Amino acid sequence: MKMLFQLLPALLAAGIGGYALLRGTDVFSALTDGARKGLQTAGRIAPVLVCLLPAVGALRASGAIDAFTALLRPALSFLGIPPETVPLMLLRPMSGSGALAVAGDIFTACGADSPAGRTAAVMLGSTETTFYVLSVYFGAAGVRKTRHAVPAALCADLAGFLAAAFCVGVLHL
Amino acid sequence: MAMSYVWVILLFVSVVFGVLTGSADAVGAAAVQGAERAVELTLSLAGPMIFYSALLEVMERSGLTEKLSRALRPVLWRLFPSSRKDPELAGDLSCNMSANLLGLGNAATPAGIRAAQRLHALSGGDTASNELCRLVVLNTASIQLLPTTAAALRSACGAENAFDILPAVWISSAVSVAAGLLAERLFRRSP
Repeated sequence: MKMLFQLLPALLAAGIGGYALLRGTDVFSALTDGARKGLQTAGRIAPVLVCLLPAVGALRASGAIDAFTALLRPALSFLGIPPETVPLMLLRPMSGSGALAVAGDIFTACGADSPAGRTAAVMLGSTETTFYVLSVYFGAAGVRKTRHAVPAALCADLAGFLAAAFCVGVLHL
Repeated sequence: MAMSYVWVILLFVSVVFGVLTGSADAVGAAAVQGAERAVELTLSLAGPMIFYSALLEVMERSGLTEKLSRALRPVLWRLFPSSRKDPELAGDLSCNMSANLLGLGNAATPAGIRAAQRLHALSGGDTASNELCRLVVLNTASIQLLPTTAAALRSACGAENAFDILPAVWISSAVSVAAGLLAERLFRRSP
């Protein structure tokens, strides 16, 4: 199982490439076009990271993050959530690149393979930028009364965060 | 706009806290180091991110998304009864779902928006219908088989095995989607 995950990037490349070739796709030009899109994404998030990480770094250095997480520690440890992931949970629904910045900060502070780092990664991978999605979809459809969509979407986020903590902390996945 | 408040508040709290706890010097230095670190992070993140983006593009062009979206039709008919009578709506919905599942954000959003507009045209007015709420909740809950961004960030930060979070991500995504759908059902009131 462990080997499978280690092999996964290469395995995916081989599998997808092989399948696409059999279907008659021009694999290499698809690759380079996709890479160009990826480069644009990286270019789009770079300014956000450069603006946000100083703020996150200053907050961490001031001791405010530690004080805040210490305050929430009892409640969070009852739920099995690593307190270090609090900033991520707060920012995740608001800003995708912001969440990326905060997750990167958590990986650097705690280690990418630490329980807190793994929980943060699972949270990042299993939730979306809720408010952005809400505004794009409802905006495009011309809806102003969104009824129960916002509370239901936030419930989904909360459930995802709790499940992430459970999977890493209890199931050791 | 929300991010503007977040950013200013973060810095205000940092300054006040830094002065109160006597770590003012560290706060100033950390702000500048943060910018430096952000550039390092972007550079190390860009490699894996571009690579996965390239792979996902091949996946999309090979027609895998289409295949998956055909397989998803029966599920969609159950979730969105209106799509039974409207093949175009069904097509947009299934394209949105399958692109989401494969992690193709670029393809998922346009199809999702088209589906949202068609769904809303069925009910009209400025109030969201139950099915529209369900579509939006599904999209905010993220059902992803390949969390490439999280994996790319883990690689960039020196994780030993970037993808070994997959089972946990699958379980958490499923729980999150189930909770979203359940909440959508429970919170309904007449519009």
